[in-house]
Amino acid sequence: MENFLLRNIENPNSADINEYLKVGGYKNLTKSLGMKPKDIIEEVKKSGLRGRGGAGFPAAMKWNFATADPKFPKYLLCNADEGEPGTFKDRPILEKNPHLLIEGMVISGYALGSEYGYIYLRGEYPQAKDILNEAIKQAYEKKYLGDDILGKGVKFHLSVYQGAGAYICGEETALIESIEGKKGQPRSKPPFPVNVGAWSMPTIVNNVETLSNVPYIMEIGGDAYSNIGSKDCPGPKLFSVSGYVEKPGVYELPMGISLRDIIYKHAGGIKDSKKLKAVIPGGISTPVLPADGIDCAMDFVSMPKAGSMLGSGAVIVLDESVCMVRVAYRALKFFEHESCGKCVPCREGTDWLRKILERIENGKGSEGDIYLLSDVAGLISGRTFCPLGDGAAGVVTGMIKHFRNEFEEHIKNKKCVVS
Amino acid sequence: MFGETVLKEIDEIRVKYPDRRSALLPSLYIAQREFGWLSQEAMQCVAKALNLSESIVRGTASFYSMFKHKPVGRHLIQLCTNVSCMILGAERLVDFLGNKYGLQPDGTTEDGRLSLVVMECIGACGTAPAMLINTDFYDNLSEKRIEEILEKYK
Ligand SMILES: Cc1cc2nc3c(=O)[nH]c(=O)nc-3n(C[C@H](O)[C@H](O)[C@H](O)COP(=O)(O)O)c2cc1C
Ligand code: FES
Repeated sequence: MENFLLRNIENPNSADINEYLKVGGYKNLTKSLGMKPKDIIEEVKKSGLRGRGGAGFPAAMKWNFATADPKFPKYLLCNADEGEPGTFKDRPILEKNPHLLIEGMVISGYALGSEYGYIYLRGEYPQAKDILNEAIKQAYEKKYLGDDILGKGVKFHLSVYQGAGAYICGEETALIESIEGKKGQPRSKPPFPVNVGAWSMPTIVNNVETLSNVPYIMEIGGDAYSNIGSKDCPGPKLFSVSGYVEKPGVYELPMGISLRDIIYKHAGGIKDSKKLKAVIPGGISTPVLPADGIDCAMDFVSMPKAGSMLGSGAVIVLDESVCMVRVAYRALKFFEHESCGKCVPCREGTDWLRKILERIENGKGSEGDIYLLSDVAGLISGRTFCPLGDGAAGVVTGMIKHFRNEFEEHIKNKKCVVS
Repeated sequence: MFGETVLKEIDEIRVKYPDRRSALLPSLYIAQREFGWLSQEAMQCVAKALNLSESIVRGTASFYSMFKHKPVGRHLIQLCTNVSCMILGAERLVDFLGNKYGLQPDGTTEDGRLSLVVMECIGACGTAPAMLINTDFYDNLSEKRIEEILEKYK
């Protein structure tokens, strides 16, 4: 498959508008502005595009909810918080192909009747901020942004909002709170952002990669797009591959490709010909899979059946030298740190899980601790305000399910025997 | 107090949003740039510039880990230790910074040259371990490479 999302990124000047124009950039915008907004949404619907931010929600369904709401103005927010550990797939778009995202946002804004867009960018990407700001400036100069885009009377304004180091701000309602200048704590739903979002107006939040697929859908048409990859969730997908593989990096591959192929065909297999132990398939928040569980199709529909989730498509590969208790402990340190503190099960539960894992890791665990971990995880699951707590609980449950013996050995031997 | 250029900068940010409170995070960044960290004075300036109460400013700022509530050294090292970096040795690098430079997580060297913050993922997992120094990115880190890099930050 030819790259679309990562098209031209080997070109060192790919972020420049002229280079983007040379490879056909903004021609999908010109085409789209000649269409009716509702026909664009229809094309996106036909394409079957699902959100790439982690939940896999059908994009056109969200868009139809937003356009059905009579209130104006509507806001289009691009989620560039990319905080899920293991994930670095939006970064090449932001840093090397920013005009693809801008083009996607202008087309989407036009389709949605939105005249104001914001890119909520994580604070940890200072380079991306400068690159995006320059790209936005260039797009204004060439009239791809502004009050009268390409002389068609279409208006769309875009700017970057910089986050400040809070994972939870990737959750869409926390993101909205944050862009309003508040603490990033999730809101209760309903009302959903499509009706009452930023500044109480209908708001569409989509991931960087989701919006960057829109020009492609307009280029080849919804029907052709729907034939790429999995039937239930089609299209190209960016996978971030890290850990013990020969060739870590971001790969653009058809949705539904097998996890085994990502690791062995594309990322070069396990580093130094060691043995595979486990894979975290979709970012830290997704349950771990054992080495013999990687013959699964990487898409939003198949992964839950395989015992995990696609999440952000961040594949973390662990070889035989890795201690799973340590991984679980480090993951829970993350969740404890990033819990926003709003709801009790998540705030207290992640704290307890981390404490228990810490003492097991330090050789101070007792026999009942494994039961206690499952018990606390069970008490978090399904009882939290947002999915952060569920993620933490699922990580612990998955680890115990597949690597219980390692936890037991840690407790029995009072130390790690793996690494 | 903020000077006139800074106030103008904040005004330009304000108009991009329907509500002035949205300018809070960007203004806190500006205050941090001007004062080096968010001292009480820095936050008072932000409160005044945006006509917000000081408690709102302080409460919001305290939520975000990139806002600093104590002075930091001339150069801020933000080193990732999340899983992809951890399994490739990030924690050894934290120890190395402690042993070689006397630099502890959330601490500053005695000469005020370096501060260290241990980070969650910074989106460089494919080239782990990774860190930011101020706003510069470095990856594929080893002890030797950190030593060489730090030569540039005096
Ligand atoms: C704890 C948490 C963190 C999240 N972080 C991100 C993120 O960094 N980037 C992202 O696009 N979506 C993230 N999401 C998903 C968003 O809430 C939302 O579903 C998404 O931005 C919608 O866009 P999409 O439909 O295009 O995927 C996160 C969700 C949760 C619960
Ligand atoms: S885990 Fe360290 S950069 Fe992602």
